Amino acid sequence: MYRYDEFDAQIVKDRVDQFRGQVERRLSGDILEDEFKPLRLQNGVYLQLHAYMLRVAIPYGQLNAARMRKLAKIARDYDRGYGHMTTRQNIQYNWVALKDIPNVLEELAEVEMHAIQTSGNCIRNTTSDHFAGATKDEIMDPRPWCEIIRQWSTFHPEFAFLPRKFKIAVNAASHDRAAIRVHDIGLQIVKRGDQIGFEVHVGGGQGRTPVIATKVHDFVPELELLDYLEAIMRVYNRFGRRDNKYKARIKILVTETGAEEFKRLVEEEYAAQRRSEKIALPQAEIDRIHAYFAPPALSKRSARSQVFLDAKRADKAFARWARTNLHPHKVPGYRSVTISLKPIGGLAGDATDDQMDVIADLGERFGYDDIRITHAQNVVLPHVALDDLPVLHSELVRLGLATANESRITDMIVCPGLDYCNLANARSIPIGQEIQKVFDSPWYEDDIGKLHINISGCINACGHHHVGHIGILGVDRKGEEYYQISLGGRADEKAAIGQIMGKAMPADEVPGVIKKIVNTYRKLRTGKRETFIETLERTGHEPFKEAVYDAAH
Amino acid sequence: MPLIKNGAEIEDVWQFVDTEETVPSSGNVTVSLAKLIEDPDLLLARNQQIGVRLAPADDPHDLIPYLDRIALIEIDFPKYVDGRGYSQAQLLRRRLDYAGELRAVGHVLTDQILYMNRSGFDAYQTTRADLPHVVKALEEYSAFYQPAADGQTSVFSRRHSKV
Repeated sequence: MYRYDEFDAQIVKDRVDQFRGQVERRLSGDILEDEFKPLRLQNGVYLQLHAYMLRVAIPYGQLNAARMRKLAKIARDYDRGYGHMTTRQNIQYNWVALKDIPNVLEELAEVEMHAIQTSGNCIRNTTSDHFAGATKDEIMDPRPWCEIIRQWSTFHPEFAFLPRKFKIAVNAASHDRAAIRVHDIGLQIVKRGDQIGFEVHVGGGQGRTPVIATKVHDFVPELELLDYLEAIMRVYNRFGRRDNKYKARIKILVTETGAEEFKRLVEEEYAAQRRSEKIALPQAEIDRIHAYFAPPALSKRSARSQVFLDAKRADKAFARWARTNLHPHKVPGYRSVTISLKPIGGLAGDATDDQMDVIADLGERFGYDDIRITHAQNVVLPHVALDDLPVLHSELVRLGLATANESRITDMIVCPGLDYCNLANARSIPIGQEIQKVFDSPWYEDDIGKLHINISGCINACGHHHVGHIGILGVDRKGEEYYQISLGGRADEKAAIGQIMGKAMPADEVPGVIKKIVNTYRKLRTGKRETFIETLERTGHEPFKEAVYDAAH
Repeated sequence: MPLIKNGAEIEDVWQFVDTEETVPSSGNVTVSLAKLIEDPDLLLARNQQIGVRLAPADDPHDLIPYLDRIALIEIDFPKYVDGRGYSQAQLLRRRLDYAGELRAVGHVLTDQILYMNRSGFDAYQTTRADLPHVVKALEEYSAFYQPAADGQTSVFSRRHSKV
């Protein structure tokens, strides 16, 4: 994990002092709310339905035990005892008082954390694969480049007042777990011979106009990455639309300008950069940052663990959890473990202070002090020995954290919705809970297999409904909450935007409709190995539409 | 309107002449880019100094033919949330070698002044920021990750330079 040096520490400390001054000036009335807004927003402070919300950055989802304990302490001391994990691998607190926020930031700085640029029209937290550095299918660990991008984008003087927010994701595995094609900039790390470079995708996004990104470059060598990003950012800052908030993201610039013309503008700006304008990232600096992400010294284990096999035989619940919540590790005898924050009937992505404390302990005891937050709002311990899994599992059971549903139908991405959010048209949380109840049977859920349901309470799409295999969007119909269902979205390397099935429906019909969709899949699939999304892509949407809409009339 | 430069409040000897108005025969004036391009010879032949005020959508490259005869460039921020002026400033300083005064005008607030300074501005015309706050704002940070128009060495480089 990256550790701050004196420069990083100083910058974060300066920010805490600066924000303390800004809050004092706001509380004294010296600056107006309108002028305070961009300042608090660049510090992750939103004014929500009930209170101020503070969003804390977790760069590329990376935590350790000390950081997790601090997040628990903040939840306990300044909030109501819980935090909410977000799809940007961040954490949000919904009940923090404005006057306390400078103190919270000071506490965060003690564990090398901050809330810088977690909102506002600037470059946001860079996200990545939550299995980075552990997964078998990556060509390198993407986190060093995420960290380099974090530093470069922090307080960038030219790009603090962009037309709209800006999100960058980096992936280095063959399977895209970072959803790079629905980001403003998505970077896929590739190799040419020994050289590391980046495939650059620009202009993807969700919100009210979902777009799959355009590839603008096949290979930007690593030493040129930041300069190339500067060229893209400058083109966007100068030419992105500012007349309409809903047309201000870079995806609109790319589509309205045309991909070819946009590429030409970027290439022209890039070619015009003079030597003196280059970032000139020293190779020694690239090496320094990479060194922090050296693989942990995992103790040698056999690829076959008798303890693990015995536990699977003896304990059905463990066997099931081991089937759903483990991911292959590059080192024999190890797995990456997903700790689900999606208990049946719970609040998706929420963790209590006690749960966070225990996850910190478990990360320390079994996980080489490495803890991640995923964009699907779960927690990952990337390096756990097979031998340790039974004990880890029993601890998780004790805390209600052993839900065996990673990437299953009850592991939904759910935005806070009308229960918390200013922008929402409809509630998301209760819809998710009702759907969970329908599928709350290990047998049923296993039979369905991998299926992503994503729920957003409004068109801003924070719940990523466009890229859910099944997407659910809350809409307002004459003051009533209705839900529109779409099928076929995906956020991975085959990224696609889901298509709306038909008419929206009231909340009480949604769980039944989801069940019809799922049972249609079970009827149509060629076998249990064919997943929902594969069946849908083979058969097309018609049979699903018929099952939902025709049968009812 | 108060004008802050080099850590002091100074007298503003410049006057902005709107597109519709006629340019007075005396005094330093700034004009819009359009007005400059419309009749550059007339303006540049005046005995007094001439400056230009860029609107957010203006392209600084259009100033290339006149840069050596312009004494002041004002960059207008009609709303502080419109950040195009930062790119204009960086282009003028770092790509087009403009070395004269670069002044931020319009909705110029204390908390944006550090970013402006880093982007190449050296003067601020503002009613929304007073001198002590501006001076303090410019001192709030001592290290910067990325190079910019202020010429400060980036943290990326400072970490590896032998002192």
